[in-house]
Amino acid sequence: MTPVKLYPSPPEKVYLFGTCLIDMFFPEAGLDAVRLLEREGIEVIFPDDQTCCGQPAYTSGYHNEARAVARAQLGLFPEDWPIIVPSGSCGGMMRKHYPSLFAGTADEARAESVAARVYELTEFLVHVCQLKLEDKGAAEKVAMHTSCSARREMGLADTGPALLAQLGQVDVVEQERAAECCGFGGTFAVRHPQVSAAMVEDKSQAIEAAGAQHFVTSDCGCLMNIGGRLAHRDSGVSGEHIASYLWRRTS
Amino acid sequence: MSQPVEIFTPQQFHRQAQDALGNPQVRANFRKAMDGLMVKRRDAFAEWQLEELRQLGANIRLRALSRLPDLLEQLEERCEANGIRVHWAEDGEQACRIVTDICQQHGARSVIKGKSMVSEEMHLNAHLDKAGIEALESDLGEYLVQLNEQTPSHIIMPAIHLNTDQISDIMHERTGTERTRDVDTMTAAARAQLRERFMAADVGVSGVNFAVAETGTLCLVENEGNGRMTTTVPPVHVAVTGIEKVVEHLADVPPLYALLTRSATGQHVTTYFNMISSPRRDGEHDGPREVHLVLVDNGRSRIYQDDELLDTLRCIRCGACMNHCPVYTRVGGHTYGTTYPGPIGSILMPHLLGLEATQDLPTASSLCGACGEVCPVKIPIPDLLVRLRREAVGEGEGNVPGAGVKRSTREVAAWKSWQWLATHPSAWRGTTGIIGKLRGLAPEHLGPWTEYRSAPKPAAVSLHTLIKRRRQEDQS
Ligand code: SF4
Repeated sequence: MTPVKLYPSPPEKVYLFGTCLIDMFFPEAGLDAVRLLEREGIEVIFPDDQTCCGQPAYTSGYHNEARAVARAQLGLFPEDWPIIVPSGSCGGMMRKHYPSLFAGTADEARAESVAARVYELTEFLVHVCQLKLEDKGAAEKVAMHTSCSARREMGLADTGPALLAQLGQVDVVEQERAAECCGFGGTFAVRHPQVSAAMVEDKSQAIEAAGAQHFVTSDCGCLMNIGGRLAHRDSGVSGEHIASYLWRRTS
Repeated sequence: MSQPVEIFTPQQFHRQAQDALGNPQVRANFRKAMDGLMVKRRDAFAEWQLEELRQLGANIRLRALSRLPDLLEQLEERCEANGIRVHWAEDGEQACRIVTDICQQHGARSVIKGKSMVSEEMHLNAHLDKAGIEALESDLGEYLVQLNEQTPSHIIMPAIHLNTDQISDIMHERTGTERTRDVDTMTAAARAQLRERFMAADVGVSGVNFAVAETGTLCLVENEGNGRMTTTVPPVHVAVTGIEKVVEHLADVPPLYALLTRSATGQHVTTYFNMISSPRRDGEHDGPREVHLVLVDNGRSRIYQDDELLDTLRCIRCGACMNHCPVYTRVGGHTYGTTYPGPIGSILMPHLLGLEATQDLPTASSLCGACGEVCPVKIPIPDLLVRLRREAVGEGEGNVPGAGVKRSTREVAAWKSWQWLATHPSAWRGTTGIIGKLRGLAPEHLGPWTEYRSAPKPAAVSLHTLIKRRRQEDQS
């Protein structure tokens, strides 16, 4: 049986782990996540010394290097507050892989504690904050892309769509093979560029064919990949991180 | 008759993937077939408590593996008591010799085969051919790929890479069947061709789906009846199986069978389910006079030694992981250049062939997790792929042949630099700051990435800086 996660009531404070892709490429998404949480009356602590969760090295097989980088993050969340991660893949790394990465080491307990407190942003907004949204934007059609790690490592296929469903003017369109990978997969896109390209091409076409004007996702890897492909094709469809999208339409 | 035979090898994964991607026919054939199989699987499990059944399946396999050496001995003993002769083969070569010897002892000239992936793995047909014995595949799909001088591209549906038109062409060119698009006509023609061969065959070779230790029973799952013909018509039957296929009790079979057929083709049951427990007994009207069981190790006992890699051996060869794999769906089975393609192939073949030969396979996955999600016996395939990546770069336990082959000074240096930066926060912030400032100079061309996608542009200001500014604003 998959363990059922029990959600606490909204806390006073949370940590934000911003992720390296947000830090460098989509910082507004990080800030919008902070704004969404603050609007719920939650204070957001951003530990300055955070860098990267270690996933790129982890999935490439370089576990010693991944462990060193992950260890540097473990000390940044000393209080018993939830750690909000606006990315399914980094969230999955921290929740699912930290415990095994540190099993049998002196850091095992800290890794377990971090893993237990990690929430993907949309998961936290839906299950803990029980967020209620009021749509202030114009009518439009949007496709949601849930990353594979959010979907399968964290079991969160529904939380992104649940948030979008609250937006009265937004029509969430169903794309063909919604559960299929966009082909990013970290270093996969570099090691197997042609296969990755075929995957992102199909995904982009499916989003266009569904009649979407935008697509949103809570993973910056997918955003960069699908968005990059759509831009390359001069498609009219643009992508956005779900935190930015929600904030933009409700503020 | 002869056409250039393409040899697929795992070393050429990249080139073969490119070829497959550039071949709209291959892509369309696979996509269509896999989409259909995904729907069928989903519908077949619709009214089941799938998670519970999967857990049961996983437990049965784990329990059997935890006692593997004992169960194999028990299987041998029960089979022998039933009159089945048991042989042990350490590798494919030895297994081939055992089968060939049995054939030669009976002066066999022709062998008819049921579907058996392990016989593909040990290249039995070529071996028999060298000994002057002709081996003919009786499974319809296997028969077609054999006619086409190819290898299977899927473990359940060997000819799934071919569409009706291609099959019609092959049948016409190789056997003189009239050109037709009517599947029934083609099937009837193939059946007629095979029937003659069944009657003439001296030995029948089959695989095994489940070997039951408790009773010494060999179970065979099939749809065409050719498996039954193979195991009953010729006077001698040789069953070949990997040592991991053993289960403890007869009662373990029904849940595994339920999972297997539904995961593979969406069927609730197959047309045939054969249970073979002995040669023909006195007074019985059919069945072979002799039954042999060849238990093939071929690297499996080495996998068995490693607590994590052991999970690989749970596999019941249903093919669901490939049906749902976005990579397999696009490049097809031949691209992998291995006996077992797709996700299961990527975690199994490195053990059989070594990481030198298969080094691209563990990386040929985006780790999307679809394979692990559908696997009926819950093999954590993505985790095993990561483990093999560790082995390839020399950070694993060294339990896979060729461990460390992928370790390169350049890559190690790159990850070490990344490690240094990501463990020195102020250097990290400095670097992201500089990247942001120089974003105008960011390259427009980033190798293969920008062939298909626009280059990602670093943000002018990092999240670290944005947050710092916001704090300062709050204070002022
Ligand atoms: S790994 Fe799992 S899904 Fe793949 S063939 Fe084996 S049993 Fe089926």
